[in-house]
Amino acid sequence: MNKTVNQKAWFLVLPVLALVAFNAIIPLMTVVNYSVQETFGDNTFFWAGVLWFEEILRSERFHASLGRQLFFTFSILAIEIPLGVIIALAMPRKGIWVSVCLVLMAMPLLIPWNVVGAMWNIFALPDIGLLGKMLNGMGIDYNFTRQPVAAWATLIAMDVWHWTSLVVLLAYAGLVSIPDAYYQAAKIDGASSWAIFRYIQLPKMKRVLTIAILLRFMDSFNIYTEPFVLTGGGPGNSTTLLSIDLVKLALGQFDLGPAAAMSLIYFLVILLLSWVFYTLMMRNEEQ
Amino acid sequence: MKRLGWLIPTLYILFLMLPIYWLVSMSFKTTNEILGSFTLFPQEFTLANYKTIFTDSTWYLGYVNSLIYVSLNTVISVAIALPAAYAFSRYRFLGDKHLFFWLLTNRMAPAAVFALPFFQLYSAVGLFDTHLAVALAHTLFNIPLAVWILEGFMSGVPKQLDETAYVDGYSFPRFFIKIFVPTIGSGVGVAAFFCFMFSWVELLLAKTLTAVAAKPIAATMTKTASSSGYELGLLAAAGALTIIPGAIVIYFVRNYIAKGFALGRV
Repeated sequence: MNKTVNQKAWFLVLPVLALVAFNAIIPLMTVVNYSVQETFGDNTFFWAGVLWFEEILRSERFHASLGRQLFFTFSILAIEIPLGVIIALAMPRKGIWVSVCLVLMAMPLLIPWNVVGAMWNIFALPDIGLLGKMLNGMGIDYNFTRQPVAAWATLIAMDVWHWTSLVVLLAYAGLVSIPDAYYQAAKIDGASSWAIFRYIQLPKMKRVLTIAILLRFMDSFNIYTEPFVLTGGGPGNSTTLLSIDLVKLALGQFDLGPAAAMSLIYFLVILLLSWVFYTLMMRNEEQ
Repeated sequence: MKRLGWLIPTLYILFLMLPIYWLVSMSFKTTNEILGSFTLFPQEFTLANYKTIFTDSTWYLGYVNSLIYVSLNTVISVAIALPAAYAFSRYRFLGDKHLFFWLLTNRMAPAAVFALPFFQLYSAVGLFDTHLAVALAHTLFNIPLAVWILEGFMSGVPKQLDETAYVDGYSFPRFFIKIFVPTIGSGVGVAAFFCFMFSWVELLLAKTLTAVAAKPIAATMTKTASSSGYELGLLAAAGALTIIPGAIVIYFVRNYIAKGFALGRV
C-alpha cells in the first residue's frame, strides 16, 4: 500500500512511545548504571568501568550457560519447526475437525509457564509420574532428577510439548491461504506430492515460518520459568540456562554489577542473533 | 499415505493430552494415593483438593488477582496499540521503521533482565503490589505484539474506506471508533487473545511485582510447593484450574488464532 508522508502520525504513536519508554528505557538505564559501578551494599557506588563486562566475558560459568542455552535453542528449533510443518500438512482443511484440532492443539500455549513446569515434573517423576514409570517399566533407567542426559531429554520434550503448536498454527495459516487453483495446476502437471510441497507449499509458508523461527528463537532464549520449575537448573548445573543463571546471580547472590553486565551481554546476544536470522531470511526472500 | 493422514494430528494431540490427563487425574487423588501407590485412574476419588481452593481465600483470590491484571493489561495494550498501528499502516513519518524495530526489540527482552529494575521502578512510583503494576509491566512485551498484529490487519483494509469517511464529513476520532475499529473487529479479537495469553502465562515479573494484595495464582502455587511439604494433589488441582480460562478464550477465537500472525508483517 502506498503510504502518505504525515509527520502528525507521531501523535498517534505517542502513547505507545511513552509507555514503552517508561517500561524499557528507565529499567535499561538502571541496568547500565549498575553494570559500570561497584557497591558494597550500603548504597554507595564506585565507578568500575568495564570491569564487570570483562569478568563476565571471561568467566567459565557464563560460557557454560551460554553454551547450554545455544544447544537448547538449536535443538528445539531443529525439532519443533519440521515437526510443526509435518503436523500442519497432515491437518484436515475443512469440517468440524479443524476446530477440534485447533482448540486442542492451542491448549498448551495457554497454560501458565510454572504450571507447565510443575505438570511435567509430576508427569516425569520416576516414582509417581506416568512417563517416568512407563520408561522404567520398559527397562530404561530414567531419573531426570539425577541424570543430566535424562534431564535434558525431559526439558526438550517439555518445550516440544509446549510450543510445537505455535509452529503448527502458523504453518497451517500459511497453508490455508494457498488458493485451490495452485493445487489444480499441479495436478494437471502431474506433480508428485514432494514437488507440491517443495515448490508450492514451502514457498507460501516461508513468511509465516520466518515469524515462527524468530518467535521460537527469541522466546526459547528467554525461557526461565519452565526449566526452573522442572529441574531448577540441575542436576548440578547441567540444565542451568542463561536466564536461570542470571536470576541466581541477581536475586540470589545480589551481585548487582556482574548481574547487570551479564543482562546487557545477554540482551545483546539475542538482538544480534535475531538480526542475523532476520536479514538472512529476508535476503533469501528477495532472491 | 493420504488415508493415514489423520494419524499424525491424532498422535500429536494424544501426546499433548497425556501430561494434562496426568495433572487432572492427580488432582482427584488423595496425597496418600499419589505417594503411596501408582494408579492410572484415581481409586479414592476425592474433590477435597478443589474444595480447599474454592474455600481458602489465599487460593481463590490468586485467580481473581490474575484475572484482574490480565484483563487490565489486555485493555491497556489493545487500546494504546490501536492508534499506533493505524499510524504505522497508513502513514510514513520520520523514524517510523526504526521505531517499529525498536518496539519489536522489547518483545525480545528477557524478563529475567527486567525483574530487578522493574521492582525498583514500580516501588519508586508507589505501584508495587498493585494489579496496575503487573498490567503495566506486561505491556512491555504485549504492546509490540498488539501493534504488530493490528498493523497487519489494518493494512488489509483498503484506504478508500478512510477517504470516503472523510469526504462524508467524519472527524478522525469519530471515523476511527465508529467505522474503522469495527471493520477490523477480528484483528482486535486476535490481538486481545495474544495479550491475554502472554499476560496469563507469565510468572517471573508478576511474582516480582507483587507481595500480598495482588499476588497471582502462579505465585501462590510456587509458595505452596515449597512451604507446606509438597501437597501434590492440591498443586495439581490449582494447575488444572489455570487451564480453564485459556481453554474458554481459545474456543471463542479458534477461527482467528492462526490468522493473527499470518497477516502480521515480518
